[in-house]
Amino acid sequence: MTLLDHMPSEAQLRRAAYRRRQTVYSVLVAASSTAALGALLVVAVTGAPGWDRVRRSFLDPEIARDALPAVLSGLWLNVRLLVCCAAGALLLGLVIAVLRTLRGPIFFPVRALAAGYTYTFRGLPLIIVLYLLTLGVPGLRLQGMPPVLVLGGFALVLTYGGYLAEVFRAGIESVHPSQLAAARSLGLTYRQTMRHVVLPQAVRRVAPPLLNDVVALQKDVGLVSLAGPIDAVRAAQIATAQSFNYTPYVVAGVLFVLLAIPLIAVTDWVTLRSARRQSGG
Amino acid sequence: MAVLRCRGLRKKFGGTVVLDQLDLTVAEHQVVALIGASGSGKSTLLRCVNLLDELDDGTIELDGEDISDPRVDPDRVRRRIGMVFQAYNLFPHLSVLENITLAPRRVHRRARAEAEAQARELLDRVGLGARADAYPDRLSGGQQQRVAIVRALANSPRLMLLDEVTSALDPELVGEVLAMIRDLKADGMTMVLATHEMGFAREVADEVCFLDAGRVVESGPPEQVLGEPTQARTRQFLRRIIEAGRL
Repeated sequence: MTLLDHMPSEAQLRRAAYRRRQTVYSVLVAASSTAALGALLVVAVTGAPGWDRVRRSFLDPEIARDALPAVLSGLWLNVRLLVCCAAGALLLGLVIAVLRTLRGPIFFPVRALAAGYTYTFRGLPLIIVLYLLTLGVPGLRLQGMPPVLVLGGFALVLTYGGYLAEVFRAGIESVHPSQLAAARSLGLTYRQTMRHVVLPQAVRRVAPPLLNDVVALQKDVGLVSLAGPIDAVRAAQIATAQSFNYTPYVVAGVLFVLLAIPLIAVTDWVTLRSARRQSGG
Repeated sequence: MAVLRCRGLRKKFGGTVVLDQLDLTVAEHQVVALIGASGSGKSTLLRCVNLLDELDDGTIELDGEDISDPRVDPDRVRRRIGMVFQAYNLFPHLSVLENITLAPRRVHRRARAEAEAQARELLDRVGLGARADAYPDRLSGGQQQRVAIVRALANSPRLMLLDEVTSALDPELVGEVLAMIRDLKADGMTMVLATHEMGFAREVADEVCFLDAGRVVESGPPEQVLGEPTQARTRQFLRRIIEAGRL
């Protein structure tokens, strides 16, 4: 132990004592400014002239309790859709990004289609894609048509796949050409170089922005309710219409935030880790 | 029989001529050192030989086969040539062992156990056996460059191309890399190395080529080219090197 074989000098002891005092002071300042701001907010909101009425129509505990089961079962739909759509969109995005890097004249139509896809679906509003797939496609009256929920899932995957493809592509392009030169000089083919050298580095580098898009997807999956299926927000809307009270929306909002916290925490952790790694730690 | 024969190589980048009617022949077990100022074409020559850059004219033969023919599969050529870069270019997401076994496993389709055994043996021989499972960023520059050399050797190449492999190293780490190249020469490896280490070129090379503006201005045994250069441009270059205290 360094403490045993090293006796700090007078100057070092004085510096340490000063830093301790500074730390205590900083904590006290932070605590009092937080408390002051909190108090101000509480006074401003509860002191507002309409507070009682707002509290009754948005924060009624009894209505919250009644709405909770329906909202929760709607949320379960969100969760299932999120898992399937996130997996689908990540896979689609990766495939599109790789297709866009293919070289050689024979792949020109593939590259063009992949590029056209990312341009179209990043430009097209999600709601329009949803309507086209869930209302338009069943209108074709083809046999073996999947249920509306699956069609809505396709719309989400198509839209988010476009965004994720661009994130993956940015990652692929961020891998330094010297890595490609090293791989090719070993005799690896272009495909082997992508598979073993470029993609592993690219995916690691873009994991934070990818997860960020998944957090955004988490909220957008609920839009399938426009085509009929009942998600958490739609369940809250139904409960609101029955009780003439907005509390179910607040319940749904709180549940969404709770659901997002783990995913956001993972995103932050991955971001921090990759930042540390890049600074050579 | 020449391992490598380059004839009339020409390469332009934009408006600059980097290789200009360059000829070079390397016999089996021969070590050729390329010297010359930065931008004289040393690195470009090595990259063209490994088909990483495309020639504008001239032919390159490897063991008598014209590898500058566009119908030749470059991957098949590169398997016979080992290349080591100035900046090591190890794969940061793979361990030392995975860096070395990647090509033997994926290119030569060797079994994992066999490839790893060979890699460990090579690592042991250069004193890096204990670092097999480390990642490149945990290694010193000298260690990384030695791993990069082992990675190239794992393909059992016919020819090694070394592109200023000590230029990015701290002075005290240069020695360990040069010692490894010395051992390669003792094993009879055919090598072309671009270098700024004149003392080392004199010691290890059978032939020194002085490049200037993309041409071989002077070539011959190291004692002659470095000791009694016949060309004015060689003398001028060596004078600058001596003034910088590098010879």
